[in-house]
Parts: sequence; structure tokens; C-alpha cells
Amino acid sequence: MADKMHLKLTINGEHLETLCEPRELLIHVLRERFNITGPHIGCETSHCGACTVDLDGKSVKACTLFAAQAQGATITTVEGLASPEGMHVLQEMFREHHGLQCGYCTPGMITRAWRLLQENPDPTEEEVRFGMAGNLCRCTGYQNIVKAILAAAAIMNGRDATADDAVKTPEEVA
Amino acid sequence: MNDMTPNREERVANLKGLGCKRKRVEDARFTQGKGNYVDDIKLPGMLFGDFVRSPYAHARIKSINAEAALALPGVIAVLTAKDLEPLGLHWMPTLAGDKQMVLADGKVLFQGQEVAFVVASDRYVAADAIELVEVEYDDLPVITDPFKALEDGATVLREDIADKKEGAHGPRRHHNHIFLWEEGNKAATEAVISSADVVAEEMVYYHRTHPCPLETCGCVASMDKINGKLTLYGTFQAPHVVRTVASLLSGIDEHNIRVVSPDIGGGFGNKVGVYPGYVCSIVASIVTGKPVKWIEDRMDNLMATAFARDYWMQGKIAATKEGKITGLWCHVTADHGAFDACADPTKYPAGFFHICTGSYDIPVAYVGVDGVYTNKAPGGVAYRCSFRVTEAAYFIERMIEILAQKLDMDAAELRRINFIRKEQFPYHSALGWEYDSGDYHTAWDKALEAVDYKGLRKEQAERLEAFKRGETRKLMGIGLTFFTEIVGAGPVKNCDILGMGMFDSCEIRIHPTGSAIARLGTISQGQGHATTFAQILASEIGISADKITVEEGDTDTAPYGLGTYGSRSTPVAGAATALAGRKIRAKAQMIAAYLLEVHDNDLEWDVDRFVVKGAPERFKTMAEIAYASYNQAIPGLEPGLEAVSYYDPPNMTYPFGAYICVMDIDVDTGVADIRQFYALDDCGTRINPMVIEGQVHGGLTEALAIAMGQEIAYDEMGNVKTGTLMDFFLPTAWETPNYVTDHTETPSPHHPIGAKGVGESPNVGGVPAFSNAVHDAFRAFGLKQSHMPHDHWRIWKTANKLGLHG
Repeated sequence: MADKMHLKLTINGEHLETLCEPRELLIHVLRERFNITGPHIGCETSHCGACTVDLDGKSVKACTLFAAQAQGATITTVEGLASPEGMHVLQEMFREHHGLQCGYCTPGMITRAWRLLQENPDPTEEEVRFGMAGNLCRCTGYQNIVKAILAAAAIMNGRDATADDAVKTPEEVA
Repeated sequence: MNDMTPNREERVANLKGLGCKRKRVEDARFTQGKGNYVDDIKLPGMLFGDFVRSPYAHARIKSINAEAALALPGVIAVLTAKDLEPLGLHWMPTLAGDKQMVLADGKVLFQGQEVAFVVASDRYVAADAIELVEVEYDDLPVITDPFKALEDGATVLREDIADKKEGAHGPRRHHNHIFLWEEGNKAATEAVISSADVVAEEMVYYHRTHPCPLETCGCVASMDKINGKLTLYGTFQAPHVVRTVASLLSGIDEHNIRVVSPDIGGGFGNKVGVYPGYVCSIVASIVTGKPVKWIEDRMDNLMATAFARDYWMQGKIAATKEGKITGLWCHVTADHGAFDACADPTKYPAGFFHICTGSYDIPVAYVGVDGVYTNKAPGGVAYRCSFRVTEAAYFIERMIEILAQKLDMDAAELRRINFIRKEQFPYHSALGWEYDSGDYHTAWDKALEAVDYKGLRKEQAERLEAFKRGETRKLMGIGLTFFTEIVGAGPVKNCDILGMGMFDSCEIRIHPTGSAIARLGTISQGQGHATTFAQILASEIGISADKITVEEGDTDTAPYGLGTYGSRSTPVAGAATALAGRKIRAKAQMIAAYLLEVHDNDLEWDVDRFVVKGAPERFKTMAEIAYASYNQAIPGLEPGLEAVSYYDPPNMTYPFGAYICVMDIDVDTGVADIRQFYALDDCGTRINPMVIEGQVHGGLTEALAIAMGQEIAYDEMGNVKTGTLMDFFLPTAWETPNYVTDHTETPSPHHPIGAKGVGESPNVGGVPAFSNAVHDAFRAFGLKQSHMPHDHWRIWKTANKLGLHG
């Protein structure tokens, strides 16, 4: 067991520090040392994206990054998206459009979508699907996740959120 | 009354009851990272357990040396079978009447098998310690092929029962044979087949796959030695059964065990069984006096925890020249792996596979299923299906297509002329089921019209001509499926798990100010029970769903139930909820009668209140009645307003649906582009259309995965080739299509609200729809059967074998 290192991070606007082993993965430091349990562990091989957090303006998978590599970084997790005024519009739209079921992928999914909409504020359905392809969901089949993200983008761009009929089903149209 | 009174329509809307697209109450927590999954649970002094697993598929264990591991700072204990043996816990009973090693006892039988359990101060130390445990193996011949397992002279896999001629499900005819289970009339079926106009015959393989929920399995066991209580948190789809099993195995009285299923990150059947990790964590907590957490990693999960399917289905289907089906014969070779740990009701070792006559009026049928041991992981769980119904639906829907090909008939028409007719319900199938209700022709016609079936066939024919002229390299496939499910297990008279009847339950307490809490014996893993069960209740008792808390998963507070799998929550616990609600309403009626000074029979129920017949201005709302039940002495009535219902369903429910998939297949790359997917589901009464649609999307995506790429594959040495998400296919948003959903509504006549359940239909019906589309694309070139999964490489090989590469 190596000596512990002094890790300093800014997480969700708060300056936090801890001692950890250099080999500890960022996801474990977040979950075990800081009790930030929104990001989850699904595969430990970077495939599923349940552990997605935002690190210095990029979506990263915290299960395959040493915490040491994040030294000094500014991190946003799903816990940091809501404001005192309420939920983030993405969180609201995931609820509105039934973009989640078991909720396990949801924190990573929303955190990734939050960055995607900063990278590309007005994406097409195809761009959303491509931009979210690093996050797996076993419950929803993605259709309503895509719908939620497009609706959030519409609202953030000042448009009517109901104008997302690209993925509406005949039942809904009827 | 005054003008402020909402009108009836508004009162109905306020309830947010049956049929309403109510937004989910779970989502505020989940979207903000405030879920509470098992790995989020942290108890003071908690230790971490992890397994040393076998790298071999079949080997004798010569020695286990834990010295170096125990010398590592932070390692508390290393448990082996020898440590568990004095407690009688080195083996445990399976749900299927077999027994299973908890830790390897003398030999290992599959790769990834649990050999030793390391208990350490944290997960990093545990991972280090695993590497330090030295296990010496002598490898043995490996059998991964169930047909070879039954050959004369095949290696004996289960030495512990090698001489046992009788298993839990009858005679064993070979040392690697588990059971032969039969249903139907074999002689009559064979007679029909031998004299039929036309017989189509094929081997249909439904490959081994895995439910792979995004959250793996895990638990935290916490033994409080002072008060003698064991608390077990874990990913349990059936928490009450886990409590009973834990009591029977450990000898701890059941009242001293509390099992809690917290939020569960998807189950899909993976979290029904009892796994060695649970047993070892409990033992480790008892031994150390500290809480012990065990969480699988993804590789553990895929290698060792509860696979699904692996059925080799030999079929014969007989018909007249006109296409009227006269008989169905099926023999299955079922690969159960090293231990028979299938999660089926006890009396059904092949689950409900005998629903395999499907949606068709088949006068005579026979099914035989041989269960076989191999050097693969145990399991055989219902991956988003009701006990082998997926296998059955795939089998019959492939056989129908193969028969259509042989008859040179349109497969949609062949289905239509063989459907059970509306007036035949309740319908008794040749294999012993009583289908409750259905209207297949209406659903089929609606589906074919919605996709313009005739237009699609015309386009397909034109494409084929263009292909033959060399103008395109893409073929078009139209995948048809009409499935009938059998869910809602089940009647206690013939359905039990480890002796526990498969009823379910609901307990309701109405609070004085007119809100309520309902507790159920089931447990949501994403289905949204907190939302939908409140809707059922809202319509029954006239209290808004927003004022009803639904709680599940804590065995200290919830009534006993058999849990959530096999689409049983709505058919069984949903019924219990409605009936408990009706008991509340019956008492409420008496209270209202007292308050209004009329006879009980002078009142009628109106949405959220009892009204005096013929005097609509005289009424008592449910909120007023609730308050009165707590603050007035009512002659002849106990105070309070509570009810509990244990529901034993009189029959299963039979949801059905029509799915149509259209794909374009590039014969040179093997890439299948899904252009259109239409899904019509009939799940009886619809509780929450938004949730139903979400279930259908999700189930179809699982079906897409299974049909088009997902498998648990082994090499001939028994190595798992698909142990990570690199190799085990889970579709992303990129390769998943948009689905069009639709419905008809044929209520179940025996269910209190007519609901049938829907969660699993899309997996059951989706797989044959995708697979039939692939087969249909190549039908013109004579393809009869190519086994799933239809990944690009296998499709390319199919095209190559058919000579389409010039």
C-alpha cells in the first residue's frame, strides 16, 4: 500500500480535500471519501457511462481515471446541476418525458447531456444519439432520453418545448 | 353544496388514477443523484468481501493456501468450503430442487466459480488479497456442449449425485442428465405428424445470454450480535423469499432477519436467485460481528451470475395443404450449466415453455424438455420474461415462418388462418393452459394496416428484383411476430417457489387527514410501482395518487409477497392492491352511512365520495370519512381505516401483441439497418400509458440486443469469451431505432381491474420480430434457419453460404 497523497478538488462549487492512495479511482474517491453517490459504477471498463462526471469542461468516466489525475480539477456531478430555484431543465425534461426507469444510468446520462448541450446547444436527434452513445441504459431504449434532451435544448434555446415531434409516436399525435 | 365544488370530471382528473399518464414520483430523487442503491449503503465499521474465482471450467482443487493473503494488512478472513462445512453452508439448495456449491467443494465446475471469499477492510485490499490466495488446480475434461454431455462415456460433472437415478423432477437417465419434463400427448401428436399433408421440421436454437442490469448484484449483511438480529440489504427481486431462505439456511429465526431491497438498478431476472455472495457475506458478518458488503464487478456478473436461455429446440409442425396447423411437436435440450439453478415455479422445471403453441389453435401438441449439466455457469433465469416464455415464443414464431416457407404461403396469412378466434376464449390449449381473453384478429389487422403490409411486400419484391439485376446490394426483410404471453404467476394451487405459494399482497393505511400509505410484497426495479400502484388505489378509494405513498422491499414493514419478476406485479400485487382498496371502501361506506344517517345500501360510490342515492347534495368525501374513522365512536365499527389483501390469482393472465420489424440488410457487410419497428401491445386495462410505452421501448431494446448481437459465448475450454461490455453487446442510443407503439385493450376477465401486465411482452415478442426480419430478407434464397445472435459477421456468413457474394 503506497503512502497516501493529498488530493484537492473543486466539486460542485465546493473546495474539498482528502487523503487517498495514488491508485484510487476517481469514482471511488467521489463515492467513498466524499459521499457523492450520484455517479454509479456499472462496468469498470469505460463502456457504460454510469460514472460520468464533468471534469474541467469535459465528460469523463470516473471509473477509469485515477483520482490523482484529477488533482486540482473542477468537477461537476449530477448533484451539482440543480440550483436553489429548482431542478435543472434537463432533470425536469427527463421526468417530463419519462427518460428514466431504474435511475441507475440517469446521473451519468444527465451529466453527459449537460455537457453535450454546451458543446452543441441545438443538436439534431442524430447528434444527440451520437453524443450520448457513451452512456448505456438498459431500461428505456433511449427514445425518451433523446426526446428529453431535445426538449431541454428547445427550452434552453427559448423555444416551445413541445416542438419535438421528430420522435413522437402516432398515439401521441392522435 | 357551494359553487367551489369541482365537477365530476375535475374530481376524476384530480385522482390521477387508472389510465392517466401520471409523471413518476420516483424521478425527482433519481434525476438529482439521490437514489439509494445497495452500493450507496455505508455502515460504521463495514468490511468488504470479494471472491477468488476459478480460472478453469472444470478442475479438481488440490490445495488452497491463504497464508500470504491473511498476512496482508487489512485482510480479516479468507473463507473456503472447509470453513463453511461445519455450518452446513458449503452447499445451498437452488430454486430448482438441486443444490449448488457456495464455495468450491473439492472441484470447480465452471469458469468464474466462487472458490474463496476474502474479507478485508476495503475493496482495494480485498482485490489485492484475492491475488495472494494460492489455489492449485488439476484440470479435468471440459464439456460445454449439452449433446456431448449426454454421450456414453462423457465425463462425470456432478460427482456428488453421479449415482442418483432420481432427481427433483423425476428419473435421470445419465450422470449428466437433470430431468425429462413432458407435457401434451406424444403418441397422438406423432400420429398426426406422420400422416400430415405437410410437415416443417427445424432445430431452433435460442442462445445463451444474460440479463445484465446496469447495476450488478450485491448486498450488505449486518449481524447485530447484541440483539441477535441480522439485517440484509441487497439487490433482491424477491426480498421476502430471501428472508425465508436466509432463515432456513442460517438457522436464525425469521423474525430476527430483516431483508431490505433498496433502490434497484434494473433486475430483468438477474436478481431473483440467491447467490453465494449473499451467503458468504452473512457468514462473514456473523463471524466478524461487523457489516460486510459484497458487490460484484461486471465480469463476475457476466461470468457467474444467472445466465438466461440456452435452449436447443427441435420442432415439427404439421399442417394441411391449405395451411391449417394440425399438430406441434417439440423436444428441447436445455443447457442448465453446472447446477440446476433455474428460477421457475417448483412444479415447472421448464417454466411455462408449454405456452409454445402460441397464439394458434393447434389441436394436438407435445413438448419434452431434457435438462442437462455442462461446465457453464448456473442460472436459467427469466430474462425479462415469464419463465421460458421467450424461448417458447421464439420457437413457435420461427416454426410458423418455416412452415409458411414450406407451404409457399404468406406468413401473415398463415398466422391469420390459425389464430385462436375471439369467441374461443377462455381457450384451453393442447398443452394444458386456459387463455383468459384475446382478440388476435383485430390486433393483427390493425398492425398490418398500420405498416401498410401489402405495400411493404411489394417494395420487398421490387428490391429483390433490383438485387438480382445487380442494382443494389441490400435486401429487405419484414419480420412478423404475433405472440401470446403467460404471466402473473400464479395460482397457489400449482405455483410455488421453495414451497411459498405465489400469491402477493398489499396493506393500506388511511391517515386521518385523508392521505395514505400502501405497502406491497413486490419490489420495483425501475417499473415505477410507486407511481402506478398509487394510481390503481386512487381509482379504488378516491384519494388522489399524489396523496398515496407506496412502499416496498422492507420485510419488517411490508406484507409477505413473492416479489417482482415474470410480469407478476400488476397481475398479482396489482390485484391485491385493488382488493385491499375495496375493503377500505366497504368500511368507508359504513362510516358514511352512519355520518349521513342512512342505510349502507342507500349510498352509491362516486369517484371520491359516497353519495345518498337520489340526493346528490348529501355526501361524504373519502377525506371526511377518513377523519371520522379516527375521531368518532361509530357503533359496531373499530376505529381506524386499514386493510390488507393477500391475492391468490385464479389463473395466469395472457397479454399478447403484434410486432413488425422492417430492416435493410447489406449482404456484403452484414449490417442490418432497422428502418421501422411497430409494436402493438394488448395488456388488458392500461394503468399508465406513459409507463407502458417506456416498458415497451426498453424491452424492445433488450430484444434488439439479444437477437442482433448479445450472447454469453464459451470456447471449447469453457472460457467465457464475453465477460465484459467490450464483448457483451448492449446497444447504445446510436444503434437503437425509434419505435412506434400502439395498442388494443382486451381486459382480463378474472383480474379485479382487468390488467394483464406488460413489462416483458416486448422482450418476448421483440426477439422473434428482429430474427424473423433477418430470415425473411434471405427467404427468397432458401434460408430456413440461422441461429441468433444475428451480428454482422453471422449475417455475412449467411449471405456467403447462400452464394450471394458471387
